[in-house]
Amino acid sequence: MIVGAIGLIYGFIAAPDTVEEVKEMMASDHHGEGHAENTTGINVEQLPGGDNVETADVTGYESETEHAGESHAEEAGHGEEASHGDEHYEHILHQLQNKPWAALYVAAFFFFMISLGVLAFYAIQYAAQAGWSPVLFRVMEAITAYLLPGGIIVFVLLVLSGLHLNHLFIWMDPEVVAHDEIIQNKTAYLNVPFFLIRAAIYLGGWAFFRHLLRKNSIKMDDATDLTYFKKNFKLAAGFLVFFIVTESMMSWDWIMSLDPHWFSTLFGWFVFASMFVSGITTIAIISIYLKKRGYLEFVNDSHIHDLAKFMFGISIFWTYLWFSQFMLIWYSNIPEEVVYFIQRMNDYPVLFWGMLVTNFLFPVLLLMNSDYKRVNWFVIMTGIVILCGHYINIFVLVMPATVGESWFIGIPEFSAILFFGGLFTFIVFNALTKAPLLVKGNPFIKESKHYHY
Amino acid sequence: MASKVLHAIYKDDDLLLQAVKQIREARYHIGEIYCPFPVHGLDKAMGLAPTRLAITSFLYGLVGLSVAVAMMNFIMIEDWPQDIGGKPSFSFFQNMPAFVPIMFELTVFFAAHLMVITFYMRSRLWPFKSAENPDVRTTDDVFLMEVDAANHNIDDLTDFLYKTGASEIKLIE
Repeated sequence: MIVGAIGLIYGFIAAPDTVEEVKEMMASDHHGEGHAENTTGINVEQLPGGDNVETADVTGYESETEHAGESHAEEAGHGEEASHGDEHYEHILHQLQNKPWAALYVAAFFFFMISLGVLAFYAIQYAAQAGWSPVLFRVMEAITAYLLPGGIIVFVLLVLSGLHLNHLFIWMDPEVVAHDEIIQNKTAYLNVPFFLIRAAIYLGGWAFFRHLLRKNSIKMDDATDLTYFKKNFKLAAGFLVFFIVTESMMSWDWIMSLDPHWFSTLFGWFVFASMFVSGITTIAIISIYLKKRGYLEFVNDSHIHDLAKFMFGISIFWTYLWFSQFMLIWYSNIPEEVVYFIQRMNDYPVLFWGMLVTNFLFPVLLLMNSDYKRVNWFVIMTGIVILCGHYINIFVLVMPATVGESWFIGIPEFSAILFFGGLFTFIVFNALTKAPLLVKGNPFIKESKHYHY
Repeated sequence: MASKVLHAIYKDDDLLLQAVKQIREARYHIGEIYCPFPVHGLDKAMGLAPTRLAITSFLYGLVGLSVAVAMMNFIMIEDWPQDIGGKPSFSFFQNMPAFVPIMFELTVFFAAHLMVITFYMRSRLWPFKSAENPDVRTTDDVFLMEVDAANHNIDDLTDFLYKTGASEIKLIE
């Protein structure tokens, strides 16, 4: 309880600063940019027959107010034939209009995915009746507190896409569908109402399970028997069944359908691996941080060691899935499939290959040694690289379909990361303060406290 | 002078761990312990240096990886260039993803097999070697500890070992 109270004070001192700062940043940077681009969009629409010079001026103005990277894209555009100029500019303009949305979407999804991954990990601990982890349960529960707000944000973004306020999902555009037989054949599944209903089912289901698990866990603190533990065991098992189906469909809906022509059968697993490793990494980082602050004195190096083992293992698992997906498509070289990777390899070479370094080579080499898994700052450092790597992973999944070649990591991306990162930190640390940091009434808590590898 | 050793027999692994700690505190030297199964934490209790087998395994893995790269480069690119899904035939890196499974398998193969062989050599085991264990019961249910008698008084040492929970003690000259 005392720990909880200290955490409360801490949570209020530390977290809101960041959120406010970030919100200010968002207000000044992100919205400013969004408006600038929206106005240029309107200008172009008002001048449907507008000639080259005017469009160039508009985009020129935009690139002046924005960044060097964009102006490169524009200059590349200037080199085009004059007859193609208009179309090309319009194309780039659409991509750039998508860009802040996509940046927002990537960051929103990334932090949402972390809390979902942690919820899955938490449920696995219950379903497996793991003896080592109960000391970390409150940290995991706190991270899953972001599931509902984060999910609502993602849902709102999807609704906005459905209302055509942005063009992240091209299959939502009736004009595109009218000229596209492949998407026409998929409209039974890919249509806006059904898409939103599905999203609501996934999010509602996850939030519902999370709510019950957390409620039982709190009740377990005062319980004298194992009723709530058994309830949570059954809930966790039920959740995992629900989760693996809905998670898979969620990844098709929210990410794979950005490229509506392309599909991959192991995509759900691939996204799952990414969210799982990010979630575990976040647990490790937050646990180490709280331990350093003296709130989690019952967490010892063996717990960190185990989390680091998971980080190591799931990083390899991610790479395995990445490679399984990539190699078959690369090898068979079928145009309709391979175009997905061609686009990423040509337009995103650094991120596409660099992601392998951050998500595979780096954790494998750094966390291979058994002793390094116990060195806390080593785990934190590797964890930060892994999180960056998996942000890039989501970035590379989303951006090529929405922004195409006119991408760069600029202010919208960073401010979106900071905004959601701040919100995430605030909600998580706030949730940490709501309950004692050590669960009671769990039959494994003694084993967990004495856990020694 | 042939060194004298005492063979103390224990019936339980927890008792054994406890005894190891007491004996080391009393500054007697434990030569070897024969167990029917690996006892968790025994190596640390005996003060054995941590194993370096993992490092050799890593190095063998690197050797396996290099062998795979050299082999695939020679077979598939240099000696008889193969057409892999229409990729450029004369470049290793353009065809590299196709070789990854082989690189992986050979890494694992080298690491595993050479590590086992290293382990056998380091433990001085080879085919048809006669067993070293002094009491066949250690393959069933008892733990046997070899304690160097050295210059200690044998009777004192025997008494001490009985106190740590040994169920029988034999003097081997």
